[in-house]
Amino acid sequence: MADQSLIFARGLVKRFGDFTAVDGIDLDVAPGEAFGFLGPNGAGKSSTMRMIGCVSRPTAGQLRILGMDPVRDGTRIRARLGVCPQLDNLDPDLSVRENLTTYARYFGVSRAEARTRADELLEFVQLSDRANGKVEPLSGGMKRRLTIARAMVNDPDLVLLDEPTTGLDPQARHLVWERLFRLKQRGTTLVLTTHYMDEAEQLCDRLVVMDGGKIVAEGSPRSLIQNYSTAEVVELRFADGLDSNAQYAAKLDGIGERVDPLPDRVLLYADDGDEAVAEVHRRGLTPASVLVRRSTLEDVFLHLTGRTLVD
Amino acid sequence: MMTTESTPVTRAADPPRLRPVVAIVERYLTLYRRLWQASVFSSFILPILFLVSIGIGVGGYVGSVEGVDYLSWIVPGVLVSTAFQICVGESTYPVLGDFKWVRAYHAMRAAPVSPKDIVHGHLIYMIFRVELAIAAFLLVVVFFDGLHSPWALATVPICALLTAAVVTPVAAFAASIESDSYFALLFRFVVIPATLFSGVFFPVEQLPAAIRPVAYASPVWHAVELSRAATLGRAPGWPILVHVGYLLLWAVVGLIAARRVFARRLED
Amino acid sequence: MMTTLVAARLSLSPGRVGAVINRNVGALRSGPSYWIVLISGFFEPLLYLLSIGVGVGALVGDLSVDGHTMSYAAFVAPAMLAVSAMSGALAETTFNFFFKLKYMKTYEAVLATPVRPFEIAVGELVWAVVRGSVYTVIFLGFMVALGLTTVAGAIAAFPATVLIGLAFGAVGMWVSTLMRGWQDFDLLGTGQFAMFLFSGTFSPVHDYPVGVEILIQLTPLYHAVELVRSLCTGIVGPGILVNIAYLAVLVVGGLWLASRRVEKMLCV
Repeated sequence: MADQSLIFARGLVKRFGDFTAVDGIDLDVAPGEAFGFLGPNGAGKSSTMRMIGCVSRPTAGQLRILGMDPVRDGTRIRARLGVCPQLDNLDPDLSVRENLTTYARYFGVSRAEARTRADELLEFVQLSDRANGKVEPLSGGMKRRLTIARAMVNDPDLVLLDEPTTGLDPQARHLVWERLFRLKQRGTTLVLTTHYMDEAEQLCDRLVVMDGGKIVAEGSPRSLIQNYSTAEVVELRFADGLDSNAQYAAKLDGIGERVDPLPDRVLLYADDGDEAVAEVHRRGLTPASVLVRRSTLEDVFLHLTGRTLVD
Repeated sequence: MMTTESTPVTRAADPPRLRPVVAIVERYLTLYRRLWQASVFSSFILPILFLVSIGIGVGGYVGSVEGVDYLSWIVPGVLVSTAFQICVGESTYPVLGDFKWVRAYHAMRAAPVSPKDIVHGHLIYMIFRVELAIAAFLLVVVFFDGLHSPWALATVPICALLTAAVVTPVAAFAASIESDSYFALLFRFVVIPATLFSGVFFPVEQLPAAIRPVAYASPVWHAVELSRAATLGRAPGWPILVHVGYLLLWAVVGLIAARRVFARRLED
Repeated sequence: MMTTLVAARLSLSPGRVGAVINRNVGALRSGPSYWIVLISGFFEPLLYLLSIGVGVGALVGDLSVDGHTMSYAAFVAPAMLAVSAMSGALAETTFNFFFKLKYMKTYEAVLATPVRPFEIAVGELVWAVVRGSVYTVIFLGFMVALGLTTVAGAIAAFPATVLIGLAFGAVGMWVSTLMRGWQDFDLLGTGQFAMFLFSGTFSPVHDYPVGVEILIQLTPLYHAVELVRSLCTGIVGPGILVNIAYLAVLVVGGLWLASRRVEKMLCV
């Protein structure tokens, strides 16, 4: 098992002084997989990514990347990784194309080869027309696509993406997703962190939900929703909600599988949403608004931790 | 709806454009209160070190220049070049930064502050900064026995005039560029030559005749001449009015340019 | 275990060091203004040489140092050369290095590749010295043209300026990793300027009180100036071995500390 895994971790721990960022996690990522870490800020996702990227030493536990030891073979491992960090660290002194060619040189790629790859990758991330321009005037989405292209410049076996679409507007996000989806189709192994459940659902074959440095659940997006939530969720808002949602929740008790009062709404977990709504009306309750929707990873997270993902 | 009585317009009592300028100066003073330690070295200590190294160290080998010891001769030179350095330093990166990175000027523009107010506020603050530095310098120089006349006090208005003549064109330049790399060029081709060849360390008469007019064109030389006459208590070589008039010309042209460029840049 | 770790840290791949340098060449090529700034860098010491060496030198006349008589310009020129080698290397390894380290996050991106911190340090240092050497070669050319040294003296002095660049560059890089923010550069600049004024640059250190003289002899620029002056004037004694050893220690120590700090800062 460990031999085929691109990432293999057992009891992985990262501490900064007294603070434990990653608290004993196990991981197995297979070739060709798109694997995600889902969790709120401070869950330990980025610390885990930095350990996988061999720029941060594990405090304890076992970690093997591409079958090698990240402490001893860091240089050899990094030669086969592509890293797209959370904050773009493109080089503003260089042109768009030079950002790729210069980076390729760090991997020992020849000048001629670097140029060819840079042009191909710019084509791939749809930035060919900006090749000779500066980096600074690029939009956030373009910069992120360029960073992704840079991560591909050594033709990596494993691409690490830390929050690939955080801070981008919806249109730019979809463009990035679409490119990452293409990478996935080509068979590139992707490992990404995100605190957006829609991103995790779109891109990940399998994911782990992290909270407080621990893995609290693992599986495909579909199976996580099946195991930790119901098929549908009813969102009820009451006109005088806010302070009295807990009382409403008590009155709703028994409808569906579970009732969750939040500050601004009450969630009803049920496999048949419409039936649950009918029951709400039968009990003589009149919510100001009713929304029946499919369950998402947000609900999974709420169920597992009692907190919302994006706050 | 309730009808509200119109509030009495107390503001009208204030002179119309004074209030924003005062606010700008206050803003600079607030920043200065937080950052003054950083400028202690460049504004106060370095000029003294310079005086010791060149004035006393090299001066020991020089003997006398134009009838006075070398230290006394370069005191007004170092004084003016210090004022000059502060003016340029505080009108380059900080001004471009307030347009480009901090965008403080845009924030001011969003308030009832005009580009003119910003230029005037900056200038007033700069005069304050320069006077503070030269007051400290003069005080120290007294102990070196470097002042020879009560006229030395005239260096206070002279340096204020120099400040106006330097700050305004430099701020206009800073407001007109996009990249801070141009400052390196300004320092190398304008500021350093103006410091080294404007009669600060040796009389400009020593320069080859072909280069001398360049020194005469520099506001620094005129301020040095006036200051040297003041600290040594003797009349300058050229009429005082010529020196003062030339510095005023720079100040007026600079002020007009700065107002225009600031206004243009804040339009976009 | 310890030795293998040390060996791993100090192991170098020339290709990867070359790639670090390659990045700077690319940055140089893509910005036209950067070029001008870079090339114009050598003007500064040249202007000082003309102003203090030639201008003030005319007031000083000839100077007698350790029984040898020379013109004041011939005395100052080697010091300006040493200063040029120092500031050329420091410009790259302090200001630019700090900017890349803290703001551009250049090295974070680089460390995600097979490149090691020690390779970054060596690459940046080599680049800084190559850049500084352009200045020193031009400056040596001027010195020969002005009759301030011989061709043989210039050829002997060049490797010394490379050593000086390596020494200041390495230490500067280490100091940059300790900087908290831009305000610390004021302190660095002040230190640099104080050394510039008192390291036997403008007047012999023997003129200072004994305590001050000993203090100066502990600072790096003093050794740099002594070394270059010996070679340029041809008055070579066994003392240059001390100068060379001192500077060599700075190269090794500075590189070692700098790469350790980069690793501590970015690989946690």
